[in-house]
Amino acid sequence: MSALASPRLEKQPVQNSAASSRLKAAAPGGETLISLSHVDVRLGGRPVLTDINLDIRRGEFLCIVGGSGCGKTTLLRTVAGLVQPSGGTVAVGGEPVLEPRQDVAVVFQDYGKALLPWRTAAGNVALALEAKGTPRALRHDIIQDLLAKVGLNGQGDKYPSELSGGMQQRLQIARCLAQSPAVLLMDEPFGALDAMTRQALQDEILELVAQDDATVFFVTHDLEEAVYLGDRVIGLAPNPGRVGIMLDVGLKRPRDQLTTREDTHFLRLRRQLFDFIKETEA
Amino acid sequence: MNQHAAPARVPAAPSSRVWRFPRGLVVPAALVVAAELSFILSGYQSDSLAPPSAVVVALVQGLANGEILLATGQTLVAAFGGLALGGLIGLIMGVARGMFWRVDQLLDVSTEALRPIPSSALIPVTILIFGFGFRLEIACVAFSCTWTVFILTRAAVAGIEPRLMEVARVLRLGMFARMLKIVLPAALPRIFVAFRLAAGLALIVAVTTEVAANPIGLGAQMMSASQSLRPALTIAYLVWIGFVGWSLNALLILLQHNVFGAAGATGASHER
Repeated sequence: MSALASPRLEKQPVQNSAASSRLKAAAPGGETLISLSHVDVRLGGRPVLTDINLDIRRGEFLCIVGGSGCGKTTLLRTVAGLVQPSGGTVAVGGEPVLEPRQDVAVVFQDYGKALLPWRTAAGNVALALEAKGTPRALRHDIIQDLLAKVGLNGQGDKYPSELSGGMQQRLQIARCLAQSPAVLLMDEPFGALDAMTRQALQDEILELVAQDDATVFFVTHDLEEAVYLGDRVIGLAPNPGRVGIMLDVGLKRPRDQLTTREDTHFLRLRRQLFDFIKETEA
Repeated sequence: MNQHAAPARVPAAPSSRVWRFPRGLVVPAALVVAAELSFILSGYQSDSLAPPSAVVVALVQGLANGEILLATGQTLVAAFGGLALGGLIGLIMGVARGMFWRVDQLLDVSTEALRPIPSSALIPVTILIFGFGFRLEIACVAFSCTWTVFILTRAAVAGIEPRLMEVARVLRLGMFARMLKIVLPAALPRIFVAFRLAAGLALIVAVTTEVAANPIGLGAQMMSASQSLRPALTIAYLVWIGFVGWSLNALLILLQHNVFGAAGATGASHER
């Protein structure tokens, strides 16, 4: 907390953050999995995103921040194939994204609406396996494994309405993992949860991602969360949404809710993002 | 039914522990007693009205000799046959039009033109096609049930949480799987309500068809009792038809609560 209290931190680029002027960062190390080039999105005739250029490495944890209405969610939906760009291309693994893909999973913020209320926890996970065509005989074990993985052991027979908010979001994550996704798109997944649950889930998702070496595209409005989770944080400037800032986080992993958040580098990044958001909203 | 925050002054529900005469039955019971007394006291004899006691006798006789039960069977077969046929057509139309706006636009004018036709106005035309009998009645019942089920199903399907449809897209469920695993279960509680309302309508239209033309079932028996100037039996049939309709509805409500729980009517079922 001491660094935060120190007055007027300079807005200088942090040592190992990519200079935000050269926005199309050559992804350092690792092949590019998701590639957006000159992406424009219009919704109802209104430009929402303009000239988005972005390469995401395989295994990277990328966080997107920005003020409300800056197009964060639209950007995620474009990568998901739920929204088609009016210009430019989105490609996953070199293939243009024209519709949702089996290996790209989406975790929605409103878990309560994204789960099937008439199916049990196990049944909800099963839906993804059914969609994938996993043989019936294999499903039970996979479901048990996935539920255990997200901390829902023994909850398979419960209906979503019988689970707490945090557990429902865990369940949605389990359903997404059942897709065995190469890419996990998360749209403010912890935004509706209380602070304690949020921190627990942040650490759990980091652990899951480390295990599976998944690529994560994580939208959040919580700047600290973005720095805490991400390898890289991108800030969108609004009207229309465009990449305004790109920071390499470079904090060592595994991260820790106390020590990482007290790290001066963490605080400096947080300050940079905070100033950026304030500027764009001014 | 007990809402935790219900105001205390709501008319007290009958206590489940001590049986009391249900308050709702006070008025009908008083009317029946008054009718019986007025017949006794006035010594009134009539070809158009009968005292409640005579109605009860006629009802018991009709039930005992099987006449009423046979007619009930005929009416119910026609009503349920029509409900099944019309309900299925309405269900398919409702799902298709709720899911695909192009289909909705395509069929809009046709259905809006057909829907306002009273089913009783269809009877003469249907007689030309099918003659008298079950097919005539089933066709008329089906026609009216189609619209009820169709309109409520379309609304139920169109009202499904958009996020669920997005989940289906993201999981790449095929159209058939989407319909079977998302659309129908999500809309099922409201579709059931549609069928419950249509069942009531089916009975109305079946009896109407019988009263107006078709020589089978409760309506025809009632007409023949009326034409042979037997007021007690005519009214007995009326009472019986009311009882059948009431039982049918009560049965379906019971089923709805057991299948969908208290959330049944809201479309947000939590139980299978």
